[in-house]
Amino acid sequence: MVVAATGDTRILQSDPPPVQGRRRHVLDLDDFTAEELTATLDNADAMRGVLERDVKKVPALRGRVVITLFYEASTRTRISFEEAGKILSADVINMTASASSVEKGESLLNTGLTLQAMGVDVIVIRHPHAGAPHFLARNLANVAVINAGDGAHAHPTQGLLDLYTARAHLGGIAGRKVVIVGDVLHSRVARSAVWGFAGLGASVVLCGPPTLMPDPLVPQGWGTGTGGNGAPNPLADVTVQPDLDAAIEGADLVMALRLQTERQQRGFFPSVREYIRRWQVNDDRMARANTNALLMHPGPMNEGIEVSSRLAHGERSLIEEQVTNGVAIRMALLYQLAGATVVED
Amino acid sequence: MAAKAHIGQTLISGGRVIDPANGLDAVTDVLIADGVIKAVNPSIPAESLDGEVQVIRADGMVVCPGFIDIHTHLREPGFEYKETIATGAAAAVRGGFTTICAMPNTEPSIDNGAMVDYVLSRGATTPARVKVIGCVSKDRAGHELADMEELIDAGVVAFSDDGDPVYDAGLMRLALTYSRGLGAPITNHCQEHALCCGGVMAEGWVSSRLGLAGIPAVAEEAMVARDIGLAELTGGRLHLAHLSSAGSVAMVRQAKARGLLVTAEVCPHHLLLTDQWALGLQCSPSVSAGPAAYDTHTKVYPPLRGDLDVAACIAGLADGTIDCVATDHAPHDRVSKECTYQDAAFGISVLETALGTVLATVHDGSISLSDMVERMTTGPARVLGDGFAKYAGLTPGTPADIVVFDPNALWTVDVNDFASMGRNTPLNGVELRGRVAATLVGGRVVFEEPGMLNTGGEL
Repeated sequence: MVVAATGDTRILQSDPPPVQGRRRHVLDLDDFTAEELTATLDNADAMRGVLERDVKKVPALRGRVVITLFYEASTRTRISFEEAGKILSADVINMTASASSVEKGESLLNTGLTLQAMGVDVIVIRHPHAGAPHFLARNLANVAVINAGDGAHAHPTQGLLDLYTARAHLGGIAGRKVVIVGDVLHSRVARSAVWGFAGLGASVVLCGPPTLMPDPLVPQGWGTGTGGNGAPNPLADVTVQPDLDAAIEGADLVMALRLQTERQQRGFFPSVREYIRRWQVNDDRMARANTNALLMHPGPMNEGIEVSSRLAHGERSLIEEQVTNGVAIRMALLYQLAGATVVED
Repeated sequence: MAAKAHIGQTLISGGRVIDPANGLDAVTDVLIADGVIKAVNPSIPAESLDGEVQVIRADGMVVCPGFIDIHTHLREPGFEYKETIATGAAAAVRGGFTTICAMPNTEPSIDNGAMVDYVLSRGATTPARVKVIGCVSKDRAGHELADMEELIDAGVVAFSDDGDPVYDAGLMRLALTYSRGLGAPITNHCQEHALCCGGVMAEGWVSSRLGLAGIPAVAEEAMVARDIGLAELTGGRLHLAHLSSAGSVAMVRQAKARGLLVTAEVCPHHLLLTDQWALGLQCSPSVSAGPAAYDTHTKVYPPLRGDLDVAACIAGLADGTIDCVATDHAPHDRVSKECTYQDAAFGISVLETALGTVLATVHDGSISLSDMVERMTTGPARVLGDGFAKYAGLTPGTPADIVVFDPNALWTVDVNDFASMGRNTPLNGVELRGRVAATLVGGRVVFEEPGMLNTGGEL
């Protein structure tokens, strides 16, 4: 196997050293320290190097079996996990399942136990119900679980690729202002982005229809001795501002979320037309942000609704690059979870 | 009387006897003969009694009337894989409950006399007294009133469509009006559908954190307000099931102050647990939601709420705004809870942990021990009416339904020890303070916790 030199020698050896203090699962970014976030982004840098080679293959995960277990439709996330696993030489098996109720078909638990019994090393799961990855992680002793999106809860690999993309362009995350606009209430992308960006010291402003703004993610008084356990509030610099024109003032990064148009039928906002009027990210609004402010969108995008077409395809848009970086981030995570020779509990 | 003769005499001596029905809280002896209370007297030497006497030494224990649970899901018929009347009754006496009232959300539902007969006949062979609550509406469907007088005639003690509210305000008005004079309350499970559809836990920072659909407190409060208004309008007999929010407690307090005949209950779990338990790790506050999060055993309706709601429920129970503790014992099979939070069934298996849970409010000084006993004996009896007084006191001549418990015994909940088929409780592995030592129904010892009592060799 010929591999070209990149910055990180760990992935260049067929027998890489175990990652220090490795985690068992990736369920959300809420349990990542700033150091671990940074280390993961650094590893993704090395993986980016692999992606840019002529022969995109390294043996870091040779002999490992990765299952993508998807209970929801997905194109980019599933394919990028598959590609990431294959580039790292893992055996990747894709499994799509219908998220039927517990009475019908095999339960999630039995599916997990079956896969574990087959010797799978990593399960990458996407499920319409929040907490499904936690449920698997709790019940499977010998499998690493990666959350590829669970209901309205979390999408940590998306959060990491957003961080990675932002860091590459902004130079750093700390002290930056990030605006997340759209249906934050139902967005797992937003929740993970909040933990990621706040975890690296950005200030985060949540923006969108008041009916689609979530309650705070930590108790009132967290860090003041009356809430939580006295630990500092990790989300102290996360605020809500429903007015996009005000929220975007001085922003370094604007992240528009996908709008599920069925939310309109449930009355969360009066019409798509009004949504566009108030919350579409367009040139006029971007003019209020910092010069060179950047635009991201997790996809799939309703072009012309969440983001104007001009902006989506303009030079400030990082939307395509996010996809490329998704592969690098997932390579880094698979490597961190399963790439070592020593399996620790 | 011949059938009762073998029960003979039992003397419970040396315990702290708390009998709210007779205003008694003192160390005294209780003599039982032929299944009924014979005497309550500071000193009854066993030697002074003729014939064989079973002696229960209750030093350091509390002796009080058996607990009455007016909200018990026994699942039979229809869901015998979750619980049967027999296993539910066994769980009841293990928890100190001597009388339980079966909710009618079975399959078929208990909406006619024949169904009542069925449950009563199955209950008659169990160690507990099993009473029956009948449906408010035919097939519990919420459209037309059930044959309420027929149900009363068959023996129901209350009416409820529990599991669901009586959603239709017009039907609720008719039920309260029609049942006037039948001597049984309408127990409503208050939950405004449009405000909680799809919700699986209390709305707040924890639900937001976990990405789970929330149920705001106002979903309960809106219907509590409606029902109080209807009770006032109709003069009907309203009982509010399992209140969980501070706002509901405040409204009931206000209604009672205005002289309305409204009663209310609270569940043990709403006196101790908060929504933070859904984060796992038995509530130790944590920034991260690790693998222990989404504990489906915390999924219950009404949902576990915040500290302020718990405090309001405790205060309401202490000052009498809330008349009684009721378990809402809701046993489930494993599959119903071994799944995602969204798929999991609502409900907690409560009977066997109720005492230890409620006693936490006594140990922290929120409520006196005698008031707690009142809320589990005469309180629920009062909700159901005069016919229940005989099960709620140690009055000579009444059935000897008695529980003996050690309010300070520390023990760790282990669901494998449950008599209930429902092992679904977030309290598994949690240490509780206070445990039932023995339960007597009709003078017979139907449960004894091994090693807790000095039984004088005869038991």
